[in-house]
Amino acid sequence: MTETIQDELVGRGNKEGADLFREWFDGLAEHAKRGEGAAYVFVMGSMAELLHVFDFPLVLPEITSLQTAVRRVADKYLAEAEDYGYSPDICGYVKADMAVQLRGGDHPMGRIPKPAIAVMTNACNTYIKWAEIWERMYGTPLFVIDVPATRQAGGQFQPGSADFERDRKYVEAQIRELIPLCEEVSGKKFDIDRLRETLKYANDMNTGWKRVLELNKSKPSLFNAVTDGTVYLGVSNNLRGTEKGSTFFKNLVEEMEYKSAHGIGTQIVEKYRLGFVGVPCYPIFRRFSEMFTEWGGNFVHSTYLNFASGGGSMGYEYDVNRPIESLAEGFLISVREAMDNMFHQDRVVISWVKDYDLDGVVYHPIKSCRTVSTGLADGRRAMMAATDVPSLFIESDMMDKRVVSEAQMKNRADAFFEGLASRREMAKISS
Amino acid sequence: MAYAAGVDVGSTQTKAVIVNEAREIVGRALIDTGANVVLAAENAFAEALKTSGIREEEVEYVIGTGYGRYRVTFGNTQVTEISCHARGAAHMFPGTKTVLDMGGQDTKAIHVSPKGEVLDFCMNDKCAAGTGRFLGAAAAALDIPLGDLGNVAMKAERPVKISTTCTVFAESEVLSWLGKGKKIEDILWGVHLSIASRSTALLRRVGIEDEVTFTGGVTRNAGMIKALEGALKTKLNVSEDSHYMGALGAALFALDHILAGRVPVEEKETA
Repeated sequence: MTETIQDELVGRGNKEGADLFREWFDGLAEHAKRGEGAAYVFVMGSMAELLHVFDFPLVLPEITSLQTAVRRVADKYLAEAEDYGYSPDICGYVKADMAVQLRGGDHPMGRIPKPAIAVMTNACNTYIKWAEIWERMYGTPLFVIDVPATRQAGGQFQPGSADFERDRKYVEAQIRELIPLCEEVSGKKFDIDRLRETLKYANDMNTGWKRVLELNKSKPSLFNAVTDGTVYLGVSNNLRGTEKGSTFFKNLVEEMEYKSAHGIGTQIVEKYRLGFVGVPCYPIFRRFSEMFTEWGGNFVHSTYLNFASGGGSMGYEYDVNRPIESLAEGFLISVREAMDNMFHQDRVVISWVKDYDLDGVVYHPIKSCRTVSTGLADGRRAMMAATDVPSLFIESDMMDKRVVSEAQMKNRADAFFEGLASRREMAKISS
Repeated sequence: MAYAAGVDVGSTQTKAVIVNEAREIVGRALIDTGANVVLAAENAFAEALKTSGIREEEVEYVIGTGYGRYRVTFGNTQVTEISCHARGAAHMFPGTKTVLDMGGQDTKAIHVSPKGEVLDFCMNDKCAAGTGRFLGAAAAALDIPLGDLGNVAMKAERPVKISTTCTVFAESEVLSWLGKGKKIEDILWGVHLSIASRSTALLRRVGIEDEVTFTGGVTRNAGMIKALEGALKTKLNVSEDSHYMGALGAALFALDHILAGRVPVEEKETA
């Protein structure tokens, strides 16, 4: 009996996540086939909860782009965009998306519909310039939500304060401006009860995501934050505010609670618990992970899971009795958290050292996204000054295999683990 | 007497070192790596055996290091050159806290513990500027043997500023200075200063703490030592064997393995 439950639960999240991912792409292809446009949104503040009220299919171009790298065809897409005139030095996601657009939506996972509307935040400085390309290509209406970020490290305005309320009202006013634009583009009237429903589903996903990440404090850890975590992250973005997303995260919590209660970890014998800072290396996604797992290193947390879920990982729960006001509050708090996990990551990483009992931290700056990479060297220095945990600084890219040097990366990873092993040996001798 | 060996297969040259139980170097060899990495490792080891007068079967354990470490087919295991340079430097210069290893394609800054453990490290990324290859490009452009570069450079009176950060473009910049009538020694010293500046920036990322030990192939260039000492404002630890530091570290790790596995006599008797 127990074995049956175990067979049913363990690994379910990865399988369901992969199925939902396939389904999401298939759904987009159906829309493209019918010539229907989509809402183009970004992972750091997608406003999916509101856009679902108008039945927009959501395209997350960061995800469609990274999938070209995972499927090992990114080089062709990047080359096409560069031939068209884009510089090798700009964001690889932008270039892959440009090639998708130039190919009329052709993507290795199926056809992608054109943008009918684009909604973005200021969380990434490239979002706006990226969306302006769609505006020029298709005349797509753009809507930028300006989210007041943390003004200084550790100095966030908290709910209840006058400063926070001022920021919240500022976001709310922008959401109220977005609603008529959505009505105009979709031809559908805003329905506040449907918003209540999507907020309820988003609550399940937010609280589930937070719980899943907390459960990974278990020893051994229950999942690899870079590999498995990215599957869960995909669902948290693609299906945000939907019933399927809500069910997925309820199931995932059930799986992780079971694994935690029964001491079931990942497929490796966990020798070292690692934190990951940055964006994964998608061009060699599996091999990158193996550089760490073959030494017994498992990533127990990642800033990526926080910022690329738009801060959903902090578990904010909307108040469905005051939907727009609460949407503004949750959006402000969550997107701000996403930005803090990029720009002030030292704060969160230092807290993991104790909370997740880390043996080491891996910093992975990427060439084609300076926004997420620029502060990593300083963050690393701050982490090393505040803790006694060693770190590895290893650079590559999230899209472009021309700047991924596997031999150099492996050399550094090997040296990092040799250091961890000798450190553990010395600790044994001196204890 | 137990013997252990380390074979460091680098991008440009392969080094082999044999040590005895007293951790003394008893044999060493240095050859160009060339295209056949496996053969380079074998030849370097054979040459080191020859210089030591030791038979191959007397060497109990061999560790491969460097980029070609997995191609040291006769080796028992592999350790990265980062750990090996740290270990070798701390053994040769026990006061070492910082190591700068400058090789053919890599420059590494390593912060080490008194026992030679790696506390932190940093390397040049995807670019050979600031490495031996940068000097090689300048030598080729000026048609000067690599071994003479440092001595010629130290005669400079008015060094030029090499502004480029790219090894390939550096060659054009060197030629452009020649075209402007600058003296070869002034151009060469500019190249040395440029590398020293990049290396200092790399060292700052792990923290510069005295004593600083300089290792790798470029240690044979007296001009580079002078340029680095000027940039770092400290005296560098350098020895005749600094070029062999990675292989030495590997040999010391190999010796540790032999000694750790040796059962003390009294235990053997009671077993």
